[in-house]
Amino acid sequence: MTSLTLVRRIAARPSIVFDALTTPEGIVCWWGPDAGPVLLAETDVRIGGRFRVRFRMLDGSEHESSGEYLEVVRPERLAMSWRWLGGEDPGESLVEIDLRASAEGTELTFTHSRLRDEDTRRSHEEGWNGALDKLQRHFSRN
Amino acid sequence: MVNYSAQLDRTFAALVDPTRRAILARLERDDGVTVSELAKPFAIKLPAVMKHLDVLDDAGLITRSKMGRTVTVRLSPEPMRAAMEWLRRYERFWSRSLDRLAAYAERKEAEARKSGR
Repeated sequence: MTSLTLVRRIAARPSIVFDALTTPEGIVCWWGPDAGPVLLAETDVRIGGRFRVRFRMLDGSEHESSGEYLEVVRPERLAMSWRWLGGEDPGESLVEIDLRASAEGTELTFTHSRLRDEDTRRSHEEGWNGALDKLQRHFSRN
Repeated sequence: MVNYSAQLDRTFAALVDPTRRAILARLERDDGVTVSELAKPFAIKLPAVMKHLDVLDDAGLITRSKMGRTVTVRLSPEPMRAAMEWLRRYERFWSRSLDRLAAYAERKEAEARKSGR
């Protein structure tokens, strides 16, 4: 209820799916809700590295999102913060993608949530680790 | 806009707890329930229920009104609607993007097999 989860079964091996998710060549081929073009795709795929993607929709509107890679485990898992440029959804949210090898290729589990409730869940699960992460974020912000 | 974002954060933070979700689900079935009625099905004590109600109230998800010694709780659906709208927008975006991602990766897989990798 507090996050969006989508699952896709893909007839491709996890490493190919992972590269499709993270390379600019891959991203320009699928990013965006319709067949409009991706105008810019930049990725620095390592923890603390950033991504930036801008696309135009068929109605002519342009949208840009950016964020920071929080977890990078090729070809199994990717987590990144997410923010739209401009005012359409102010605030930061969290994207998590898990890739599991399956008989037909890859099962992809995608989750998009508000960072805040993810923080809550994490700090419950990880106790001190969660608290330390928060502290670190706090200091890097100020 | 900042307020909108803070409001959404409060809503999602309130919704993350299963007891609070159960309280909202109950209020969705029968709106205008007293606090003691609301607390009955839960294995936790009344003060704990009151704390959950405070969180829901702060998030604007419920309203409480006092009549004599009875407090009645009602659902206040606007923040929930905003949260659902947030989820729906991302679902549209990602559902279509991931379909295209799957098609692209499957093309890449076919190419890799053809070239014997």
